[in-house]
Amino acid sequence: MIPPGAIDCDVHVTVPSVRDLLPYMEPYWREHVERRGLERENFDTSAYPPGAAINARPDWKPEKGPAGGSLPALQQHILDPLAPEFAICNVIHGAQMIFSEDLSLALCRGINNWLAAEWLDRDPRLRASIVVPPHSPDLAAEEVERLAGDKRFVQVLLLAMAEVPLGRRFMWPLYRVAEKHGLPIGVHAGSSFRHPPSAGGWGSLYLEDYVSFAQGHAGALNSLLAEGVFQKFPDLRVVLIESGVTWLPASMWRFNKTWRGVRAEVPWLNRLPADIVRERVRLTAQPFDAPPDAASLLSILDQFGSDEMLLFATDYPHWHYDEDEVLPAGLPPDLLRKITRDNPLATYPRLKQETP
Amino acid sequence: MAKHIVAAVAEIPPGGRKIVTVRGREIGVFNIDGTFHALINRCPHQGAVLCEGAIVSRLEAPMPGEYRLTRPGTMIRCPWHCWEFDIATGQSWCEPDDVKARSYSVSVEPGEALAKGPFKAETVAVSVEQDYVVVDV
Repeated sequence: MIPPGAIDCDVHVTVPSVRDLLPYMEPYWREHVERRGLERENFDTSAYPPGAAINARPDWKPEKGPAGGSLPALQQHILDPLAPEFAICNVIHGAQMIFSEDLSLALCRGINNWLAAEWLDRDPRLRASIVVPPHSPDLAAEEVERLAGDKRFVQVLLLAMAEVPLGRRFMWPLYRVAEKHGLPIGVHAGSSFRHPPSAGGWGSLYLEDYVSFAQGHAGALNSLLAEGVFQKFPDLRVVLIESGVTWLPASMWRFNKTWRGVRAEVPWLNRLPADIVRERVRLTAQPFDAPPDAASLLSILDQFGSDEMLLFATDYPHWHYDEDEVLPAGLPPDLLRKITRDNPLATYPRLKQETP
Repeated sequence: MAKHIVAAVAEIPPGGRKIVTVRGREIGVFNIDGTFHALINRCPHQGAVLCEGAIVSRLEAPMPGEYRLTRPGTMIRCPWHCWEFDIATGQSWCEPDDVKARSYSVSVEPGEALAKGPFKAETVAVSVEQDYVVVDV
């Protein structure tokens, strides 16, 4: 069903434990981690509790270790049966959330080095997002510069909800570097939990957190638009990863409508915001939070006003579908090719570049 | 289309406006630095009395944070939803090509010429000593 040459834009690679990162960390930080006993922590985030059924499809659960923690398993579950040309690995880890900016950078570096050595070096189909300390844009930019020469890194990964809204000028040093190197900013579902996932306060239950994550994406996008990030960085693209997709048309309409009345507040926003979104923002297609049939998907694309925004993604190993029903059956072949290949290639320019 | 005398020039000083009714429709006549413009007094959005809104400048920014106040007093802001329109062209700021208020051509004619016709002056008494604002409707 998935045509050959597809590009899987969201595969989750899980760091089995901080202990596995130690060989890939600088000696100073290795000792720092060991002295504090941090290698005994697993840095699981409450956004992706390992025990939650949605985070690991039953048939993708390994006998030992976390789902997403084994390359042979990824090859067996996704790379061999679906035969994508590339799969982009996204690591979600507590390193992105801890308060110490230096330790956050040290762990993120360890993750990136581990990714390159343990995954990218071992399967030529793999690509990855650069993990950065999101609360320290200068250090994040430094880490992007360090890795930019390795064309297997095709994106910079952030979480939708951090310390400040993602559009704030505080974040711009990171965007400047990402734009320079042709790296889209991937905004993945999740939070640093500096603030509640719901704007109304801390919820009691996983259910409300999970559903509210879509609002986090809407908030991040509103901030990027309103602060003028797309004007300031004309070549920067943003990929909303694992955001769900059905909230976007209503949000675009609401943004356009309100902008017409208060646009003098954001005078740099000098064209219809929804047109900017269509040009510069992409979304991974899993989870697809509407009925999983072709008619529903076509209806959403009609509301987007574009068939160039959706990117194929398995969201491995999360449990959103069974077998290989990643996309609804019965999509027109041209559209299927766009979603699985043309759109990802247009979004990630580094996929077309030679790698060593 | 016919030319209608809607005001003596002295009635609408620079920065001023006058709402007139011509052939059953309300029209706002504006004086921007001595040049007269006319727009239908009906917002293309939802029909509000557009020409009774605030007269504002163009606030622009080529980049975030680079604020520029340009063309003071050249935009009309609808009193209902604050959509802004260029008084000279009727074009909306947000969608200049798609959302426009109807504009009318305006000229200034001396009373002497007007006395000869064929202008219509249902509501304005014309004297040969003054200049008049004439709208083509």
